Amino acid sequence: MNAVPQLHDFLIETAQKKPSAEALTCQGKRLTYGELEARSNALANGLLRRGVQRGDRVMVFAENSPEAAIAFWGVLKANAVVSMVNPLTRGDKLAFLLNDCRATALIAARGLWRVVLEAVPRAPSVKLVVAAGDDPLPMSDTELPGLVTLPDLEAGETRTSAPPRKNLDIDLASLIYTSGSTGEPKAVMLTHRNMLTAATSISTYLELEGRDVILGVLPLAFDYGLYQLIMATKVGARLVLERDFAFPAQVIARVIEEKVTVFPGVPTLFARMAEMKSLDPQAFALVRAVTNTAAALHVKHIEHLKATFPKARIYSMYGLTECKRCTYLPPQDLDKKPTSVGIAIPNTELWLVDENDKRLGPNQVGQLVIRGATVMRGYWERPEETRKKLKAGPLPGEVVLYTGDLCRLDEDGYLTFVGRMDDIIKCRGEKVAPKEVENVIVDVPGVKEAAVIGVPDEVLGQAVKAYVVLEQGATVQEREVIKACQRRLESFMVPRTVVFVPELPTTDTGKIKKSGLT
Amino acid sequence: MDVQHRLKRFIVENFYVSEADALSGDTHLITSGIVDSTGMLEIIGFIEREFGIQVDDGETTPENLSSIDRIAAFVDKKSVGRAAARAS
Repeated sequence: MNAVPQLHDFLIETAQKKPSAEALTCQGKRLTYGELEARSNALANGLLRRGVQRGDRVMVFAENSPEAAIAFWGVLKANAVVSMVNPLTRGDKLAFLLNDCRATALIAARGLWRVVLEAVPRAPSVKLVVAAGDDPLPMSDTELPGLVTLPDLEAGETRTSAPPRKNLDIDLASLIYTSGSTGEPKAVMLTHRNMLTAATSISTYLELEGRDVILGVLPLAFDYGLYQLIMATKVGARLVLERDFAFPAQVIARVIEEKVTVFPGVPTLFARMAEMKSLDPQAFALVRAVTNTAAALHVKHIEHLKATFPKARIYSMYGLTECKRCTYLPPQDLDKKPTSVGIAIPNTELWLVDENDKRLGPNQVGQLVIRGATVMRGYWERPEETRKKLKAGPLPGEVVLYTGDLCRLDEDGYLTFVGRMDDIIKCRGEKVAPKEVENVIVDVPGVKEAAVIGVPDEVLGQAVKAYVVLEQGATVQEREVIKACQRRLESFMVPRTVVFVPELPTTDTGKIKKSGLT
Repeated sequence: MDVQHRLKRFIVENFYVSEADALSGDTHLITSGIVDSTGMLEIIGFIEREFGIQVDDGETTPENLSSIDRIAAFVDKKSVGRAAARAS
């Protein structure tokens, strides 16, 4: 192991050990570890040549694809900080993200170009735009700064080695954007050490091996999706990248063809599978592990998963981006504790506190606190929000993560998730800040105020519901509100229902009282 | 109104299409960013209701559902199948 461990050592070491082994397959394209190593080296050298320096932020805006994987590793090898952006992001939001972290470069898929053209001219920090994908660039795009295609960037660059290693393991590897209760997304800062620790812990309890074939259907911009790439690379497994679950029959066919052994998902995906009545359990005979994250599985979905994946161990897990993962339920305990999300992952400690920061005993509900090397460095340039989450821990100078999640521990030390302390909604496994949606709705002409809540939904986990008060005499249709949200927000944030009310319930101090809304 | 027009109207009304003119029969609904996986469920629900067909689990493929033209061809095929089944 290198004396200065970096996350991309996973790739360097695996590529050395098994260069001709297949690293990933995506829509008929196949890439070996040797090729992934060579192309990410070339990309890193190309970024360096075009001015990307140690610690610079580089955003990757792409669907799941080989290019997204190459970009992720390439940026790290350039000693820069990589931020994978959800491909559902609209132009306004992409501009906000680029400005928020003052990204130096953007690597974006050609398919998302309309959004890129909207965002980049509003982000003065961006000096380099790399177009990934096979389509030629239209002439009109030349106004983008430093525009180059990925093949042109890689051409002529050294493929056998990356630029010299400049970072320490305590330097930043990645920024992962998450919804904040203020309504503005904030970036979770993760160091190489954070991510090395999380990947090692998770891949150990999942018992991932080089012969595994891992399904990558969750977006690489979603942290558990990204960890499929990281962990597959760590153990030298093969990753079957799918762009999403829009065409379930295609994904399932791929699972069978590629002989997938590890099937990671989120409750929404498993709920969709539960609706598919004609699934043949024989089809999944090779799947040995099913892993769920983002929200606890419903007990009835657990039953369905057991029937669908007869040979698989089922892992119910829980965590948050700020520390990647908190707990997992050892599969053998699933029958005994079906509603629990399990025990602390290896190399992590947890406890619960009350509002006076006093530690709680079994069966009391309190805030979950996490201690370990997976705990983030903070939120990028948001010291106040960081202080709310990172507080002094048991050792001098150390910080621990106050998750903002309310949980309960039973007498055996098994954790159950109870709810959140803020009003963040979890829809399709993604966080939705009501404030962010309310801000968009209030911008609609004729709208006076809005309150957004989450309501239980069988498939989505929670569905977004908006209560809207109109200005006197104004007429606004539900469709107009939804359209405005579709134009500016990722699709999982768009309200499923809009209810117009004459007024919203308020507290004594005049704040909107959401507990009165259902 | 033919199948294509009804589909296009449904998509324009229910999803964000930046320029309705740019949505043509062969626009890939997913890669263009108009529809995501939950949206595809809504489209399946719509064609089942609107055209009285049943989309089987095994039929949820890009060949059948990735563009307005493909969905229209799929709906036609299913409708013919249904009519034939009724006739026999």
